[in-house]
Amino acid sequence: MSLELRGITKSFGALVANDGIDLVVGDGEIHAILGENGAGKSTLMNIVYGLLDPDSGSILVDGKETIINGPGDALAAGIGMVHQHFMLIPVFSVAENIVLGHEKTKRFGILDLDAAKEEIRRVSKEFNFDVDPDAIVEDLPVGIQQRVEIIRALIYDAKVLILDEPTAVLTPQETDELLKNMKNLRDKGTSIVFITHKLREVKEAADKITVIRRGKVVGTASPSASQEELASLMVGRPISLEVDKGPANPGAVILSVKNLNIHDATGRRLVRDVSFDVRAGEIVVVAGVQGNGQTELAESIVGLQEFVDGTITLDGLDISSSSVRDVLQSGIAFVPESRELNGLIGSFSIAENLILDVHDLPPYAKGPVLSPAIVAREAELRVKEFDVRLQSIQDPASSLSGGNKQKVVLARELSRPVKLVVASQPTRGLDVGSVDFVHERIIAERDSGRAVLLFSTELDEVIALADRIAVMYRGEIIAIVPPDTSCEQLGLLMAGIHPDIKKSA
Amino acid sequence: MAHRGSAVVQKVALPALAFLLALLSGGILIALSDPLVLPLIGSPWKFVKAAFRSAGKAYLALFQGSFFDTNLMTHGSFISGFYPFSETLVIAAPLILAGLSVALAFRAGLFNIGAQGQFIFGAIGASYIGFKFELPPVLHVLFAILGAILLSAIWGGLVGLLKARTGAHEVIVTIMLNYVAAYFLLWLLKTELFLRPGRLDPLAPPINQSAHLPHLLGKDLRVNAGLLIALGAAFFLWWLLNRSTWGFRFRAVGANAAAARTAGISVPFVTTAVMAIAGGLAGLGGAVQTLGTQYALTTDAAGSFGFDAITVALLGRANPIGTVFAAILFGGLRAGGSTMQANTQTPIDIVLVIQALIVLFISAPALVKYIFRLRDIKTGSSVVSKGWNG
Repeated sequence: MSLELRGITKSFGALVANDGIDLVVGDGEIHAILGENGAGKSTLMNIVYGLLDPDSGSILVDGKETIINGPGDALAAGIGMVHQHFMLIPVFSVAENIVLGHEKTKRFGILDLDAAKEEIRRVSKEFNFDVDPDAIVEDLPVGIQQRVEIIRALIYDAKVLILDEPTAVLTPQETDELLKNMKNLRDKGTSIVFITHKLREVKEAADKITVIRRGKVVGTASPSASQEELASLMVGRPISLEVDKGPANPGAVILSVKNLNIHDATGRRLVRDVSFDVRAGEIVVVAGVQGNGQTELAESIVGLQEFVDGTITLDGLDISSSSVRDVLQSGIAFVPESRELNGLIGSFSIAENLILDVHDLPPYAKGPVLSPAIVAREAELRVKEFDVRLQSIQDPASSLSGGNKQKVVLARELSRPVKLVVASQPTRGLDVGSVDFVHERIIAERDSGRAVLLFSTELDEVIALADRIAVMYRGEIIAIVPPDTSCEQLGLLMAGIHPDIKKSA
Repeated sequence: MAHRGSAVVQKVALPALAFLLALLSGGILIALSDPLVLPLIGSPWKFVKAAFRSAGKAYLALFQGSFFDTNLMTHGSFISGFYPFSETLVIAAPLILAGLSVALAFRAGLFNIGAQGQFIFGAIGASYIGFKFELPPVLHVLFAILGAILLSAIWGGLVGLLKARTGAHEVIVTIMLNYVAAYFLLWLLKTELFLRPGRLDPLAPPINQSAHLPHLLGKDLRVNAGLLIALGAAFFLWWLLNRSTWGFRFRAVGANAAAARTAGISVPFVTTAVMAIAGGLAGLGGAVQTLGTQYALTTDAAGSFGFDAITVALLGRANPIGTVFAAILFGGLRAGGSTMQANTQTPIDIVLVIQALIVLFISAPALVKYIFRLRDIKTGSSVVSKGWNG
């Protein structure tokens, strides 16, 4: 089945998210839609799936113009979608999730799951998906949960499958599995729209590539194009993907974590007996798939976790039980995982956000009295130094783009006198240009003699920045390896498989 | 600076339009409830004319009862024509203070339903010091006010402490503590300590003359120094929120508690401090009412000030200056409502309906926007942003 979009335009107020987009997805092809965050990929797909109404333009399915007013219409037309954030109910079984909204009943309204289970087994077998219809969704790994979503679309007869950033939550191994499954589906006749900003995956799986920038189709490319070419097309200027980084020059131990255990409020252990050091002038990257205790480990260092035992020392000073304020003051810069949630106050001005953790210190405050003039003056300096693109420092932080938000967080944290930088997923969701900026800045911090502890889930980033790599799996650091460890080995470690790698720590 | 201008429009236009809509709907209700208007429904022209006349007369009476009345210009004194406005301000002063209490809590992400109870404790403190002690005039007032603030700040701070320590939701705690305060007042007025000598009904001894808040415009107009206290408090709160490190922390916690915590701001401390200051503000309202208007503690010491305060703070968009204007508006509605009832037989309940409609329109900005076809007013920036999990 083929899917054709003609002149799709959609604006939100003054912002034109999609500007006359034409796209043809042929029968049985994997069509990658490549674009930075905010380029309009998700808007486009939400229009195709009926979640948004286009201002103008038409959708043709198999050459026939089709009006899609909701996901129901989309499914009826043979279009299925797997969202970036799964639409599954964790406590339901696989079968229950799949029949949700289309439940068949036996007499007296009793739910008929057996037919659904049979279907699931059939599809699962056909595509080698290995999914048990009786399993409870929350017990399944993320990669399998994604398969459940795909099976759901297939069972409802989707001939065109839209995958919205499907690899964002997967381990490298799971990603490989998914790419293999996508090709398998294609070979059996399903067309796939693959939305992503990851170049490597596009090159590996796509048959055709359409690049979107600022709501417009800026070009098409073949998978044989180099990553640099694709990146430049995506960003609109020449891009070098190489990170310029000299050898590390490690000094004294700055951060020392010993036998750290972290529990959540219900007593579940999230981090298990973790010990490691970070030295001045080196970047230690904690690598691992999202949700293996990295968030908690990062937070515990600055005192944001409640149930922590073990010792954390900063430059010889025990900070295990210090308040967040004291930890920050004693010399740690903290870039939290979520800019919007923890890094910034969206309704506060950019200037105010730049003093969030120093607002009561000179020169910003004398006693309890804030000095707006000095706050504004310093903000102008920071904004210039970190190249934050904005209209006014008095605008709310929420008006900034993701990359500029992150620059505000970095500007605030790195302008304090700190010995250690703790950064949690600092490039997540950023465009290629901003990623570049953040990477350079992190290396500059290292070269100026600060210790850097970076948490990352992206293999490319891990390899590009690390002087040492600590791999975290299920709350444990299962290995600390040198940066020249191969991708394959790192991938295996991130999946918890521990081949005989010599520990180098 | 275009964005600045539109922000002001947004702050002022929305409440103003909401008020206008409420007056319009209120006018329709007044006309329809007038027994002389409804029978004319047969002839549309007469009906509309009568309706306009009826609503017009009622609103004229409302204006005369709340702002200026030429009939009151006795002996050619222009000032005494403003007696109604003085009454408006008399009601507004404690309402401003209680409104500021709720507004401050809003800004820190807390919903203080407890202004009523805090008001009562302020009234109790001011009353006790007011009748028990003999002190020089100014000193006595200060002492009584300080006592009121202290007592009500403890009462309010207790809520913050409970929330900070145990996670108890402030809405439930303050609602319950309102009952405790109201019944405590009833009990207190029957004790030896607060019983007026020679009386058996629940009425405290009169406040000593030295603790009265002085009138501002002669003895005929009841507007008193309480108004200056309220305006001073509004200015203080504006300064606190916008120019102090404390206010920075309060607003940070209110706008995004997770980010505030990550930046090293102690959320439990802020919660406790905000509720204590909010309590003190509402309590100051109780003191102003007792020392400036009532001159004695009664079972009805707080009226509905603590509850109207919530509406006032909402109408004022949780902004100190907005709260002042909202409280004066409400004072006017309340003062004028009785005149309206007396002069035009329009039930005073209409005033309550108008008050309710204002809140309704305020809390539905999309509706106001739709009615007036406004585009540049942002919706969704509601004052009360926290749900039950806040």
